[in-house]
Amino acid sequence: MGRALAVIIWILTLGSVSLFFVKKWWFPTAISSHAPALDQQFLITIIVVGLSFTAAQVGLGYMVWKYRDRGQTERALYSHGSNRLEVVWTIVTAVIFIGLAVMGQSVWASLHFNQPPADAFKIEVVAQQFQWNFHYTGKDGVFGRTDPGLIDDSALNFIGLDETDPNAKDDAVHSVIAIPSGRPVELILRSKDVIHNFWVPQLRFKQDLVPGMAIRVHFTANRPGKYELACAELCGQLHFKMRSFMLVLPEDEHTALMGLPQDQFQTRMTELLAKYPLPTN
Amino acid sequence: MSDETHDAVHRHPAPTSFIRKYIFSLDHKVIGIQYIILALVAVLVGMTMSVLMRMNLSWPGTNWPILGTLFPGGAPDGMMTPEFYLSLVTMHGTIMVFFVLTTAPQGGFGNYFLPIQIGAEDMAFPVLNMLSFWVTLVGFIVILAAIFYSGAESTVGPIGGWTAYAPLSALPNSGPGQGLGMNLWIISIAIFCVGSLLGALNFITTLLNMRTRGMSLMRMPLTCWAWFTTAVLALLSFPVLLGGGILLLLDRVAGTSFFIPGGLYVSGVLAGTSPNFPPHTGGSPILWQHLFWFFGHPEVYIAILPGMGATSHILSTFARKPVFGYRAMVFAIFAIGLLGFFVWGHHMFISGMSPYSAMTFSILTLSIGVPSAVKTFNWLGTLWGAKIRFSTPMLFAIGFVSLFVAGGITGLVLGQTSLDLPMHDTYFVPAHFHLVMGVASIFGMFAALYFWFPKMFGRFMHEGMGKLHFWITFIGVYCIFVPMHTMGMVGMPRRFAQFTEYEFLASLHPLVVFVSISAIVTVLAQFLFYFNVVWSIFKGKKASDNPWEATTLEWITTSPPPHDNFAGILPTVYRGPYEFAVPGAPNDYLMQTEPEPGEHPAEVGGNGHNGHKH
Repeated sequence: MGRALAVIIWILTLGSVSLFFVKKWWFPTAISSHAPALDQQFLITIIVVGLSFTAAQVGLGYMVWKYRDRGQTERALYSHGSNRLEVVWTIVTAVIFIGLAVMGQSVWASLHFNQPPADAFKIEVVAQQFQWNFHYTGKDGVFGRTDPGLIDDSALNFIGLDETDPNAKDDAVHSVIAIPSGRPVELILRSKDVIHNFWVPQLRFKQDLVPGMAIRVHFTANRPGKYELACAELCGQLHFKMRSFMLVLPEDEHTALMGLPQDQFQTRMTELLAKYPLPTN
Repeated sequence: MSDETHDAVHRHPAPTSFIRKYIFSLDHKVIGIQYIILALVAVLVGMTMSVLMRMNLSWPGTNWPILGTLFPGGAPDGMMTPEFYLSLVTMHGTIMVFFVLTTAPQGGFGNYFLPIQIGAEDMAFPVLNMLSFWVTLVGFIVILAAIFYSGAESTVGPIGGWTAYAPLSALPNSGPGQGLGMNLWIISIAIFCVGSLLGALNFITTLLNMRTRGMSLMRMPLTCWAWFTTAVLALLSFPVLLGGGILLLLDRVAGTSFFIPGGLYVSGVLAGTSPNFPPHTGGSPILWQHLFWFFGHPEVYIAILPGMGATSHILSTFARKPVFGYRAMVFAIFAIGLLGFFVWGHHMFISGMSPYSAMTFSILTLSIGVPSAVKTFNWLGTLWGAKIRFSTPMLFAIGFVSLFVAGGITGLVLGQTSLDLPMHDTYFVPAHFHLVMGVASIFGMFAALYFWFPKMFGRFMHEGMGKLHFWITFIGVYCIFVPMHTMGMVGMPRRFAQFTEYEFLASLHPLVVFVSISAIVTVLAQFLFYFNVVWSIFKGKKASDNPWEATTLEWITTSPPPHDNFAGILPTVYRGPYEFAVPGAPNDYLMQTEPEPGEHPAEVGGNGHNGHKH
């Protein structure tokens, strides 16, 4: 029984670890400037995790194999432990674990403790059950006034844009987010109803959109293409269908798009969505 | 407290009527079994829900005629609606976390064995003990009511998940099931909080005041340390959830705005423009998350600590060897309990909470891995040089260690602020917490039940069935939860009713099906366990008083123990709980009640209670 258990533990360990080694299922190719550092940190962490996991399971299997009752007359070892070992493994794990936690802060700090540069592309995100609304400033670079009292879904004014505000004249609202490649992007995240979450796997980035708050986050995407955007915070019945796209456009294509008047903007978005295929990995 | 009043408090004659003996019993042993039965019923409901969820995820759009018959609203023509799926998500989580993982480990085994292991006749407050069970049962009935009266016929409860994030949970108009079903959910949890608080008070008082002569704190079995720490966690965390739940209910029914900000526009209606949608303003959705997780994280340890205690206890017994580093184990339990209160923010890194506090929470979170690792090292140390007997409880205890490592170690990934950015709310998270707080805890309870069953019922559980149950379950849970990690890395979000909408999830389909098949096989094996339990109560092999040759006080009394546990003579304790393989001793185990040669009871040290009769 002891040997069978040891072998099963080792097989399960091998199976579990190899699932991470074969990389048949892995992160999609990253498209943001902070992603390489983050992927590196993941790799370091998963190696530590894999080694600790394997060591513990192999050790457990070894004990179970070696120290099974073989009907021998000698008793087990009479030992209450070793303070020296306790100190050693407490310190070693503390250094490794807390070391990882400290290392894991750098990408976080770069995203959250720095202000985005002044020339960052700003876009307002207004989520609702089960739809994304992206508010573009248009040419003037200024968001038109919005007011919850003006929201009228049936009239397609999803974000409550005040049409009488001069700054709103050139604003566009679209369900797809189009951002420039290689230029910092600042999102201003809002929600009309419940909590949603902005999640593009390739970005390695996620942030809740909380009603009552305007959360500002920034990142830089650097690989043009079309990516699926998902809501990653349970928001109700059709949460699983709250899908849209993120277009990362070469800077000139993006600048041209932003300069278009509203009606042409919509047409051009449709063309761009058709132009870029979804990534294959 | 004087000895006389003390006795008056916990002494009560053996009941004679059926109702006082088995239904409204004051006997901690009967109450413990009642809790275990409650958990066995609840886990069946929760498990069935998980199978329904897996079926929907793997074979979306399939018609299951039986589903259509049972739930004509939730699965018209046998095809599951998304809201039905989400209500299953909510109820599976709620029932498993509250009514399984918080009842059996603590209310069940703790109730039954804590008083016996410390040499007491009963809990300190038997009436309170009875009330805590019946209050908890009322909570369970209310949550079942939420299944049947969730307002919309298309769900079996609210759809907001067991975490009930506001404002989804605070707004009755935010979706199907969020009306009456959500109110019932909150009321059920509030009732459950009260039941747990009563239980926690009882555990703490009993352990501190009612230890028998010689039972100093450091002579207690590790199970008692685990139950005690769990009770302290429950005492400090459940009131916060209770308070939060009341505020949430007020937001829903009294028009307050604790968690609801102004200017919401839900289902085509602006707040304040309809009688059904009061003019909420000024609330904070994140406040709910703080209150919930301030409870919710200690809750994780409430679920797992008793399993850790049982595992230590059982490993030592079947390794025929003292627990390695008893003192370190006690400190580790304390460290986990203490740190457990300062890590809740790791559930909220991406919630909009201050990124600076996220950093603090991250470092504290990875720190809690240290006492967890210390426990693992000590379990391995206990097996080192052992002489292991592979009975079913031992298999499950070893399984616990394996699964605790497998589930716990990925906390190193999720606890890091940066890595949470891609991992949060993906399948990596359910993979992690199901292994560690779900399956590992359950393995602790399986080990405990197979181990203590002979004491509780005077008969063994069937070893052959037990072992088969172990093999299938052990392999099964690895096959279910390890692949979920890779799903999370690809980016698969949790709580999706279907994965058909996204192209980036398409490649995962074979894994999803594999997980579902593994889940179904594993669930089927649990029926073997249920059969074994019932069969063994009546037909199991008769057990002696100390069939496992163990050392602690529950093994000096009869199987099952008499009404007052020790037939009127409380034991005196002379030594630590895990004296196996003592050189020179006649047997390879020394009972805690075994005096040193020539030792007189009066010389026994320790600060335990001395008030027993002689």
